[in-house]
Amino acid sequence: MKIVEVKNIVKTFDKTTAVDDVSFEVEQGEIFGLIGPDGAGKTTLFRMLTTLLKPVKGNAKVLGLDVVKNYKQIRKKVGYMPGRFSLYQDLSVEENLKFFATIFGTTVEENYNLIKDIYILLEPFKKRKAGKLSGGMKQKLALCCALIHKPDVLFLDEPTTGVDPVSRNEFWDMLRKLKEQGITILVSTPYMDEASLCDRVALMQKGKTLSIDTPDNIIRQFKKSLFAIHSENQYELFQTLMKYEHRNTVFPFGEFLHYTDKRENISEDEIKNYLETLNLKGLKIKSVKPNIEDCFMALMEEK
Amino acid sequence: MPHEIKEISEISDFRGINDMKRFIGFLIKEFYHIFRDFRTLLILFGMPVAQILLFGFAITNEIKDVKIAILDESKDNVTREISDKLLSSGYFLLYDNLQSVKDIEPEFRKGIIKEVIIFEPNFSDNLFKTGSANIQLIADASEPNLANMIVAYTTSIITNYRSEITKSEDVLPSINTEIKMRFNPNLKSVFMFVPGLMAVILLLVSALMTSISITKEKEMGTMEVLLVSPLKPFQIIIGKVIPYLLLAFVNAFVILGLAQFIFGVPIVGNTILLVLESALFVIVALSLGILISTISNNQQTAMMISLGGLMLPTIILSGYIFPIENMPIVLQIISNAVPARWFIAIVKGIMLKGSSFGYIMKETFVLIGMAVFFIFLSIIKFKTRLE
Repeated sequence: MKIVEVKNIVKTFDKTTAVDDVSFEVEQGEIFGLIGPDGAGKTTLFRMLTTLLKPVKGNAKVLGLDVVKNYKQIRKKVGYMPGRFSLYQDLSVEENLKFFATIFGTTVEENYNLIKDIYILLEPFKKRKAGKLSGGMKQKLALCCALIHKPDVLFLDEPTTGVDPVSRNEFWDMLRKLKEQGITILVSTPYMDEASLCDRVALMQKGKTLSIDTPDNIIRQFKKSLFAIHSENQYELFQTLMKYEHRNTVFPFGEFLHYTDKRENISEDEIKNYLETLNLKGLKIKSVKPNIEDCFMALMEEK
Repeated sequence: MPHEIKEISEISDFRGINDMKRFIGFLIKEFYHIFRDFRTLLILFGMPVAQILLFGFAITNEIKDVKIAILDESKDNVTREISDKLLSSGYFLLYDNLQSVKDIEPEFRKGIIKEVIIFEPNFSDNLFKTGSANIQLIADASEPNLANMIVAYTTSIITNYRSEITKSEDVLPSINTEIKMRFNPNLKSVFMFVPGLMAVILLLVSALMTSISITKEKEMGTMEVLLVSPLKPFQIIIGKVIPYLLLAFVNAFVILGLAQFIFGVPIVGNTILLVLESALFVIVALSLGILISTISNNQQTAMMISLGGLMLPTIILSGYIFPIENMPIVLQIISNAVPARWFIAIVKGIMLKGSSFGYIMKETFVLIGMAVFFIFLSIIKFKTRLE
């Protein structure tokens, strides 16, 4: 059985289409990532899968259950961590966890082994009110609360947004451990670098999926040679490259501009020579391997 | 495969027990919220006490020690007797004896005296020879209610005096009006405020607090998590309602207790009937609170609707402060839709007049009708999803 099956699902709000004809499947034990910028439709998609919103068209099944018809059964079996920090601020760490265990008809002790690794980090603060925790701590507590009833599938909506890089890494380690315990995880994130941590990803943009595959396959489909270019004046460099007749794509990436050319088999020197004729100073240019973000930009350009 | 999952859950789920545990867990959480929020506690327990003490002690409709001036142009036995009667009544204090009409205006300007009493020259001669004499009462009407009251008190004292002398001398047959104030013989204002205060506080605790507590979950995003859980929507609602139902009762007893032991407002009628009717009103208010929470997405909207849409009509249109009979006909019609109007009539009936159920049946059925209507409406409006 597929854990999640989404077929041609559409969701509109008034006149805007938040999710536009999306289809994908998630296998047992996968970490499946929905990657895309704000407004890509990730949250809406999650809310449809967690039965909080009804699709306008198409259908979706979670654990073989229809999200509209069998919503009550789905609600007993899934774990959901919404994008906003949704714990009770005036309840302590312990009380939050106990509350969520109780409403799912279980106890903290019963599934303690599942959350042990994460909860150990929270244990010293168990009497502290959830509202007084740091961002990383809140996120860990929210994960514990979503896990405490041993869900078959976990929906995490932007769990790492607004969390520091160290906590983000810790968080992904935890997800991998959960995966080893057989829990299927759907996670959404606006951070492209987190895509490589998923087994498979769906790249999303404006309600549509651009590509659904393993991160490696997506990168492999990137056929053009990619160059990272730097000069003393990045803005001028950007303007110049935009005007270049052979330009395919150019976009900022950290300190560099990532550039692809329309021609095949082009060398670094050819571009460098062209730029030097235009008096750009301090030029550095190197051939780089594409990452998910490059693929995302390229796919966006195609559409 | 879907069938298998369904069957397993059916077997392993001891429905009743699990449901009860869930629900109790939810209730405990609600009490944590209430007892950990200082502002909530203040509204719940500080306000009823503060309001009843305020209305009981500070805001009175009675007059006491009002400063007056007398311009006596006759200075005979009768005018002296009338003045003594006025000043010994406890309502008035003599501030000044005026000598001429010219002094009146400046005296009022000072703002100390509220009334001037003028006896015409040859007062007693006129009275006994022609049978009529004139007294002029001039009151400071910058506070109209107070002026009315002062004039009424003065007139009644003078009328009393007249009836005394006409009786003793057997002159003309005169008509005596005897006035009795039933159910509140001393016209104590606290008698009138207690029923209204009951309505306001119960409404505030039940409707405002419930709607805020539900919309808070929406605002914080915890409602999303609650919906994606085995908790049923009606369990969420009932769980939200029960703590406030209990607290509303505590409040009702506090108000009745204070009213009785500090201000001596009696409960003439059946206490159990009063409690049951209060419960009915609380249910109406709670269902209104739920309704408000289903149509508002954040605490602020809920508060605005509760205060503007519920509190204001309750204070103004329920007969709590302003008598409904004196309102323009349009407002009288609108006041029928205010639950507090009916509840106040019930409380006044039971507490002050000792009415039995037969006399307040109409009001009770109106409230039952409202409760059914609002509960029905909020069930229709409650969303099991986010839209």
